[in-house]
Amino acid sequence: MDVGQMRRQWVEYTKSLFMEGFLDSQFEQLQQLQDESNPDFVVEVVSLFFEDSERLLNDLTRALDQPSVDFKLVDSYVHQLKGSSSSIGASRVKNACIAFRNFCEEQNVEGCRRCLQQVKQENLLVKNKLETLFRMEQQIVAAGGSIPNMEQIGF
Amino acid sequence: MARNGFTSRRRRSEKIDAFDLTPPDHSQEVHVLAVDDSIIDRKVIERLLRISCCKVTAVDSGRRALQFLGLDDEKSSSVDFDTLKVDLIITDYCMPGMTGYELLKKIKESSTFKEIPVVIMSSENIMARIDRCLEEGAEDFIVKPVKLADVQRIKDYMARETKPGNDQESGINKRKLRDSFDMSSVSPPSISPSSSSSSPSSPLSSPSSPTPSSRSTLPSSLSAPSSPTNSLDSPITRLKMTNTD
Repeated sequence: MDVGQMRRQWVEYTKSLFMEGFLDSQFEQLQQLQDESNPDFVVEVVSLFFEDSERLLNDLTRALDQPSVDFKLVDSYVHQLKGSSSSIGASRVKNACIAFRNFCEEQNVEGCRRCLQQVKQENLLVKNKLETLFRMEQQIVAAGGSIPNMEQIGF
Repeated sequence: MARNGFTSRRRRSEKIDAFDLTPPDHSQEVHVLAVDDSIIDRKVIERLLRISCCKVTAVDSGRRALQFLGLDDEKSSSVDFDTLKVDLIITDYCMPGMTGYELLKKIKESSTFKEIPVVIMSSENIMARIDRCLEEGAEDFIVKPVKLADVQRIKDYMARETKPGNDQESGINKRKLRDSFDMSSVSPPSISPSSSSSSPSSPLSSPSSPTPSSRSTLPSSLSAPSSPTNSLDSPITRLKMTNTD
C-alpha cells in the first residue's frame, strides 16, 4: 500500500467512526489542536482517558458489588466518566453514561449493573477503534506521509 | 519555535506603534491559572490555552489554586503579586472538596485577587448555576466540553480589559453586566428582553464604551476557523443575542 492509499484508508475509517457515532465533533477539536510542535497530542489525551476510564470502571464494579449500594458514589464515578468521555469526543461512552445516571437517580441496582456492562462494552469498542486508527497513523508517518486534516477534506 | 514567533511579533508591533495604527502588542503572555480535577480536562484546557498563546499553570483542586495564589490559610500571603501576575482564572465547577463556585467566592473576597477575571466551566448547562456564578462575579461561564472558540472568546475580552487605560471601562462593563443580570434574575426563569443593558432605567448605559452586548456581535475569533454557531455556544452570548436581535 502506498502512502496515498494509506491516507485514503485513514480518511474512510475516520469518517466511519463519526458516522457510527463512536466519535463526535469534540474529537475533531482535539485533532485540530495537534500540530508539528505537539504531534502526539491526540494519542496522549486518549491514553489518559483510557487509563482513567479503566480505573473508574473498576471502581464502579466494586461499588455495585456492595451489599448496600452507595448511589451517590456510583453517580459521582459515572459523572466523572461522562465528563472525560465528552472531553475526548467518545460519544457512545458519553451517552451510555447519561443513561447510567438516570438509573442512579432511580436507585435501580439492576438497571445500574446493566448500564455498567453497556459502558464497559462501549469503552472497549472505541478503544479498539482508536487503536486501529492510531496504528494507521503510525504507518502513514513511517512511510513519510502526513495525517490528513479532516477540516481540509471538508468533512 | 515559540520564542521566534514572539520576537517577530515584538518587532512588528514596535514599528506599528510609531504610527499608532494597531493596539500595542504586549510581549508578555497572558498567564492563566486553570483549575480542574480531571486530568483529561486539564490536559485539554492546557493545550487550548497554550495554542492561544497563554502561559498556563494547571492545578487539580481549589485548594491548590489558593495555595498557588498564596491565599490558603496555612501560608501567610507573602507572595509578591507583581511577580505572580495571574491574568485569568478558569475553573471547573464540580470538583471534590472545594467547588469552582467556592473558589470563585474566595477569590472575590480577596483584596489582592478580586479583580482577576474568573471563568467557570461546567458540563451542566443549568441556568440557576450560571446565574449564581455571574452574581458572585464570574466573568463568563463555559459549557463543557471546552472548545478553541471558547478560549479565544475569553482571551479576546481579557486582552481588552488588561490594556492600560481600559481599567475604568472594564469596571463599568463588569458593573453593567452585573446590573443587567441582576435585573434579569428577578424574572424567572428565562431572561426577558427588557433586561438588556440598553434599558433606559440603567444608570450606566453609555453608548460609546464597549457594552457587554457588543461581545456577541464580535467574532469569537479573528484567526481560527469558527463555525456560525460558535458565538451561540456561550450561555451569556446566547442571552445577549436574543436581546440584540
